[in-house]
Formats: sequence, structure tokens, C-alpha cells
Amino acid sequence: MDDEIHELTAAYALDALDGDERARYETHLATCAACREELASFWRVSGSLAHAAGGPAPPPALRSRILAEARRDRPNVVPLRRRLALPAAASFAAVAAVAAIGLGLWGASLSSELDDVRGQLSGQNEALAIVSDPGARHVALSGADGRVVIASTGRAALVVSNLDRAPAGKTYEIWVIEGGTARPAGLFEGADKRTVIAVTRPVPDNAVVAVTLENEGGVDAPTGSPLFSTPTI
Amino acid sequence: MTISARSVGSRPQPMRSRDLAHLSDEALVALVARSDEAALAELYDRIGGVAYGLAFRVLRDESLAQDAVQEAFLTLWRSAAATFVPERAKASTWLLTLVHRRAVDLVRREERRRVEPLEGAAEPTVESAEASAWLRLERERVQAALRRLPDQQREAIELAYYGGFSQSELAERLGQPLGTIKSRMFAGLSRLRELLDEGLEEGAWTTRSTS
Repeated sequence: MDDEIHELTAAYALDALDGDERARYETHLATCAACREELASFWRVSGSLAHAAGGPAPPPALRSRILAEARRDRPNVVPLRRRLALPAAASFAAVAAVAAIGLGLWGASLSSELDDVRGQLSGQNEALAIVSDPGARHVALSGADGRVVIASTGRAALVVSNLDRAPAGKTYEIWVIEGGTARPAGLFEGADKRTVIAVTRPVPDNAVVAVTLENEGGVDAPTGSPLFSTPTI
Repeated sequence: MTISARSVGSRPQPMRSRDLAHLSDEALVALVARSDEAALAELYDRIGGVAYGLAFRVLRDESLAQDAVQEAFLTLWRSAAATFVPERAKASTWLLTLVHRRAVDLVRREERRRVEPLEGAAEPTVESAEASAWLRLERERVQAALRRLPDQQREAIELAYYGGFSQSELAERLGQPLGTIKSRMFAGLSRLRELLDEGLEEGAWTTRSTS
């Protein structure tokens, strides 16, 4: 009964469901916009409870331990090509099993669109969602065969065709340039017949989206001229 | 396509740690999404203390609490690029949700379980430089709201959230039907939401991401 599962939203936000109940609730959540809205507001409350927990301060070593571990598995920017290699079933399983708590539904909980849930699962799907947004603007690139697509939300995706793979030790880096400042907005390797990748920061009016070739891992400021770019958007 | 060689040496970097302090949590997560370690460190400096305090309260064990916090931050590190939606929710809430989930999973796996509320839990113990006056006020505000809940609702919420008990475990422990426990949690959390919203300071919960 719907009321009954709706009531589980509180227990879910408090992490008070057992494994089976949790899975059942998450299945429900994927199709119930009202529960996602409710959950988002309950998560705000549990976030407040977290602040009031009042436990001790962490040992200083924890910080360096986390940073060292993060450094060890460094690149978290997975090229689109590799994502595409995943079977579709695997990525959908990720919705239900892995992503439900923090990943997909966290963002989706304020959304009423199931498409958004899918869109947040990976940069790939996100990019595809942007590209398929009927309200999106398409701005052609100069210097390469492709375009930047800017969804009504301000989020953008880069679509570029026939780009050589970045040489060993190098990566393509996307920049959003605004007011004379270039800010990094994602890395990719090229080599697909067509690359579709989400730009990791919003593209405001009067910005330019550009791509340079940089050392692997990316840099904080471009070190060379753009290979290709949009006109001012 | 041909690639021109890099024409300029390294420039001053405009986004180093000095600047990170001015960014919203959400902007930091966006940087983390592109493997920016300095942004990860800054985020830890902001949220790590609360995260660890929470994990410790649930787990009552230093080592396990560290594990829970580390796993949550590494989840962020590995997944931020794929999942972050800056305009929609607070990054800190998301991160703390990850920490809590992890802590609860760990504590349920342990046989030796947290039974009593943390003694003296009302005393703030996170006293790092980041434990700002805001954090102390926030803690007092939440604790005051909790005190205004009916006892049974408060008990259900505290045992679930800070104790890591599932609703079924609580039903057994408190000798109540499961339906009663569910209702207490739902009513209690709804009431707590009202109480917190009433006293909401403008700005504290309405952070917009920078864009």
C-alpha cells in the first residue's frame, strides 16, 4: 500500500531500514516523485542531526590518510569510451544497487523526472540528457567538427567528431572561459568517432568553451592556445 | 587532427588553496570531480570534523569511524564527476548521508553494539579550527528542537540515527509493534523538520552554488 511505503521515507532518511526494506524502498523511490521530494527534506533534517552528533574530533592522521588514498587511485575522470564499454545492464544495476543512496537519488531527490535519475548516473548519461534536451542551445565549434550543447539548466555537453586520440601522457581539457578567466571543466581522451562528454561546470552567457591539450591529469590553467572553441555564447 | 605544441610555460594558477576558501561546498565538489586534491582537502577541512563526530557517535570506535569517513570521502572522489548536481542540494548533506549510511552498515555488522546514548553527548567536542561558532549554534539549535519532540518520537529518532538501530530492531527493543515505531519515526522527523524550519536562519540552508 502506498501510504505504508511512503511512511518508510523517514526510516530511510534515518538509515533505519534493513537491507531488504531498503532495497524495496529504493525501488519505490525510483518511480515516486513525491517520496523523492519528501526524502530530500528529510535528508536535510538528518543532516542537521549529523551536525548535532557531537562526537570527538578526528585524529589528525585521518586527513592525510584520505588524501594519500585519493592520490593512489588518482584519475576519477573516466573517459567516455570506457563507460560506453559497460553493458547497459550493468549501469542500470548501478541505479538500484549502488547509486541509490548517495549518488543518483541524492541529486534526483529534488527532481520529479526519472530521466534525471538516469542522467546523474554517469557523465555519459548526463551528456546524453543534455544533448537530447529539446530546449538546449547548440553552438558550433570553430577549429573542429562539433558543437557545444547548453541545456536550459545551464549545464553543457561537448560533442566533437573525428578527433585524434590524445598522445600518450596527454589529455584534452575543456575550459569555460568567462571574464578572461579559464576554469577547468573536464578531461577526455578523444579517439572515438564521436566524443560526447558533459562539461563539468555550468556555461553562463558570454562565456566561451574551449579545449586545449594538456599533460595527463589536467592542469588548473591552460598552457597553450585552444585547439578549438565556441564563439562567445 | 594535428595538435600544436604547448606554447606557454606554466602560468600562475588562479584556483589554488587560498582561493578555495571562498568557494561553496558545491563548487569544491565540482573541482573534486576533476581530481583536484586541494579541493578534496578543503572539503575535508570543512566537513571532516562533523563527519567523524557523527561516525564516532554511531560506531563508538575510532578505527571504524575513520573507516566510515574515509570511505565516504573516497566515494566522493571516485564518483563526483559522474553524479554531482550542484544546483540541487547541499554537498555537505550528501557527504554526511554517505558517512552515516556507511557507519550504520558497519555498526550493524559488529556484534558489540552501541546501547546507550553517548554520555555527555550534548557537549561539543569538535574543537578544531573549523568548528566554528556556526557549528556550535547549529548543534544547540538541533538539540533544542529534539528536546521539543514528544519523548517517544525523540527516542525513536535518536536510537535510529545515532544508535544505528533498524526499525525492526527498535520494535523489538522497545517492545512495540513495528507500525508504532514507523509512525513515531515519521511523525518525529516531520515535527523536527517543522521545528528546524521555524528557526531557520536565512542563508544557513539556502546556499547556492557559485556559477
